[in-house]
Amino acid sequence: MLQDKDRIFTNIYGLRDKSLKAALKRGHFDGTADIIGKGRDWIINEMKASGLRGRGGAGFPTGLKWSFMPKEVGERPHYLVINADESEPGTCKDREIMRNDPFTLIEGCIIAGFSMLAHTCYIYVRGEYVRERQALQRAIDECYEQGYLGKDNKCGWDYDIVVHHGAGAYICGEETALLESLEGKKGQPRLKPPFPANVGLYGCPTTVNNVESIAVAPTILRRGGSWFAGIGRQNNTGTKLFCVSGHVERPCTVEEAMGISFRELIEKHCGGIRGGWDNLLAVIPGGSSVPLVPGADIVDAPMDFDGLREIKTSLGTAAVIVMDKSTDIVKAIARISYFYKHESCGQCTPCREGTGWMWRVMERMATGHAQKREIDMLLDVTKQVEGHTICALGDAAAWPIQGLVRHFRAEIERRIDEYSHNAHEVRPVLEAAE
Amino acid sequence: MSVRRLAEEAVQPAGFAFSEENAAWAEATIRKYPEGRQQSAVIPLLMRAQDQDGWVTKAAIEHVAEMLDMPLIRVLEVATFYTQFQLNPVGTKAHVQVCGTTPCMLRGAEDLKSVCRKKIHSEQFHRNEAGTLSWEEVECLGACVNAPMVMIFEDTYEDLTPERLEEIIDLFEAGRRDEVNPGPQNGRHLSAPLGGLTSLTGDYDDLAAEQKREGAHGPANGSAPQGEGAGRSVSTPPSEAGRPDTESEQTDPTLPTPGAATDAKVDESVEDRESDELAAEGHKPGAGQEGGTRQGSTDAEEGNVPDEVDTKTSGNFRRAEAAAEDAVIPSGKHLDDAGGGQPSRLGEGETPTEVLTGRREGDLTEGERTETSDVRTGPGHADHFESEAEEATPERRPGDKPADLLDAPRGEKDDLKQIRGIGPVIEGKLNDLGVYHFWQIAEWRETELIWIDDYLNFRGRAVREQWIEQARGMRSGSAARPGEGEGEA
Repeated sequence: MLQDKDRIFTNIYGLRDKSLKAALKRGHFDGTADIIGKGRDWIINEMKASGLRGRGGAGFPTGLKWSFMPKEVGERPHYLVINADESEPGTCKDREIMRNDPFTLIEGCIIAGFSMLAHTCYIYVRGEYVRERQALQRAIDECYEQGYLGKDNKCGWDYDIVVHHGAGAYICGEETALLESLEGKKGQPRLKPPFPANVGLYGCPTTVNNVESIAVAPTILRRGGSWFAGIGRQNNTGTKLFCVSGHVERPCTVEEAMGISFRELIEKHCGGIRGGWDNLLAVIPGGSSVPLVPGADIVDAPMDFDGLREIKTSLGTAAVIVMDKSTDIVKAIARISYFYKHESCGQCTPCREGTGWMWRVMERMATGHAQKREIDMLLDVTKQVEGHTICALGDAAAWPIQGLVRHFRAEIERRIDEYSHNAHEVRPVLEAAE
Repeated sequence: MSVRRLAEEAVQPAGFAFSEENAAWAEATIRKYPEGRQQSAVIPLLMRAQDQDGWVTKAAIEHVAEMLDMPLIRVLEVATFYTQFQLNPVGTKAHVQVCGTTPCMLRGAEDLKSVCRKKIHSEQFHRNEAGTLSWEEVECLGACVNAPMVMIFEDTYEDLTPERLEEIIDLFEAGRRDEVNPGPQNGRHLSAPLGGLTSLTGDYDDLAAEQKREGAHGPANGSAPQGEGAGRSVSTPPSEAGRPDTESEQTDPTLPTPGAATDAKVDESVEDRESDELAAEGHKPGAGQEGGTRQGSTDAEEGNVPDEVDTKTSGNFRRAEAAAEDAVIPSGKHLDDAGGGQPSRLGEGETPTEVLTGRREGDLTEGERTETSDVRTGPGHADHFESEAEEATPERRPGDKPADLLDAPRGEKDDLKQIRGIGPVIEGKLNDLGVYHFWQIAEWRETELIWIDDYLNFRGRAVREQWIEQARGMRSGSAARPGEGEGEA
């Protein structure tokens, strides 16, 4: 288990003073100017050495991403954009950072901005996070007042942070859709290439990073990349905020070491599974878009990128959704299908039509009003949607269904049987028998 | 995707202007973005407009387009794309947004929806009778470890039980929202585990002192709702979201305020449903239960939905139709009840006409039945921005146009209302088209009847009710076709 001294977010629950003064006392903005003084290459190398992989779901190495930006500023200014459009079902980690520990993020923005020669940063907060946005804005205002932001600031890099917000569109969490939305358009993803590092916000070189990726950077640089790399397993280093929801005794958000086993995570922090470990049915370990796995498969699996890939799922955003045996598993996945149907931006036909189609079939599967051959047809459609769209929403809509069919096909077939057995009765069998 | 349209013209106020404070805020917001990129401010500005008026009006969209020098269509795109914009008036005292996505569903969001159905309205986006409350099911609000939860205006209420939600709704309705602490309702602190920390319990120098200080001005047990950083003492003024009946002098006082205007009868979910009705019925009746696009709910809890709602949903077409028919034709006066398709009984005090038409004074007429599902959506459903070109497009109808249409009745015209399914309005339409006699209908081919059915927007009812057969039955008793037997005229 991770020691408290190794936790990066020391005020994640907001139990302690949230003012800048108290944050300084806890060590934020300690030697920021020195870090910046060491130069761009040192920062990027240190980030690469830490092995930090992006915390937004895809797990792309953060240091590498920073190095993609042009080395010199040409005619076009550089931008850093923070993706705080946290809307993956199950995920609520950035919320805690923004409302309780915002200075980690602000300091990270300055350092990351410096390393990519950006003087302006936009933080795109999802529209529903009103209080979080206000908290973040207050923290930023405080930084301006105390001279940590703005021109000629104490950190030694002229920097402005603008808080922007969306209005309830999941798709704006996709980086190019986010840029579109930030430009005041519908949030429809762009084709890549060109990548945002070349043509991003307002046509300028831009890097889009998740809140958590940026917020851990200052501590990594203060304590050294090797410290961070020493936590967890190779290629899966560091600490991570886990959001455990669903059927556990005490759902919570907690910072833990990568690679902690599922059992330990649940036992230590969440009081165990509701009704005991025997009652565990399935787990969605990384937010709604990753495939679910049966409880037995995941109990002793390490919670990191590679550990979960071995059991054919993914760490995603580390939003662990636990389902016990009282769950109507087909209905739960059907609800996720509805989510994707609702959130498809409508740009690519396979996704726009496919998400609705898959949802309608899933609704029938949930009641058993289907035919068994339709299960294969459904699977086939998910394969046709997957990988045939501009962004990953099509994939995200397909994977939960694939996971369901992979592990719970018997349950779907049982329902279909049950339904068809009763289909020709005047009344349901039970009622007739009584 | 979901179909989202602006509210009906009837509820749209004619003008919009930001209040003085909001206008200054808008200026500052626009300046946050680089020169020439003021379009970036469109979402914040629309959101502020919604906060001011309670919902996004057409006038507000036009105003924002003007402020940002954007083409109107671009702002419209934004307003209809992002689901947080309310395009119809919502409850003035509370608009309850229930998160219904899987993490919340697992912990009982469906019970919360039932509470809303019971206490507010059986359908989302509808306001209660007083217009003070409304609700909707939204997708993940990002508070999954505090599931189930709702959001009312800018605050979240988490770790709810159905009972607690009822209390909260009551308090909001009574105007006592200040008595409800936002955040978790079960005594836990934000996202920390209930019943004590499992991490960050370490011996920090300042930990104790700080916690003591927080405890001094926070509520007992340290559960400061949303804490200081996200608390209520923020510089942003309290949101006016969901309060359409604002009396801000900037909005022209002579205009009916959105809140005072008549309720929009049509909401998006109904529109969705109706626009998809044909498709939904075309194949597998009853399949999918809800039609294609029922917004929000995915549960099949039909039992929770009262019958009058059912009449609007697609799968219950038949029932709706029967109900509508009953409203027009008094019981026992259905022509097919009377044997041989001919009315044979004459009750006391009833005139023959009443029996024949199956209609009394004061009964609903065909024209008043526009809300039933067998008539195409009225003008209220139409897009407010339709172009002339759209209307002028000639429609292609299925089937063949009947060949025997007349310019004028031959002799005295028949009372077509005797045919089941034909009321005064439909009779008028048929007369306008050139159908006056039973013999005309009796001689139609099936394809011609389909054409007529489509012409009347009857969605197959004319075929199902077998007008041709009915008319053949009537023909014997009516004026024979002039020149019958002399070949085609």
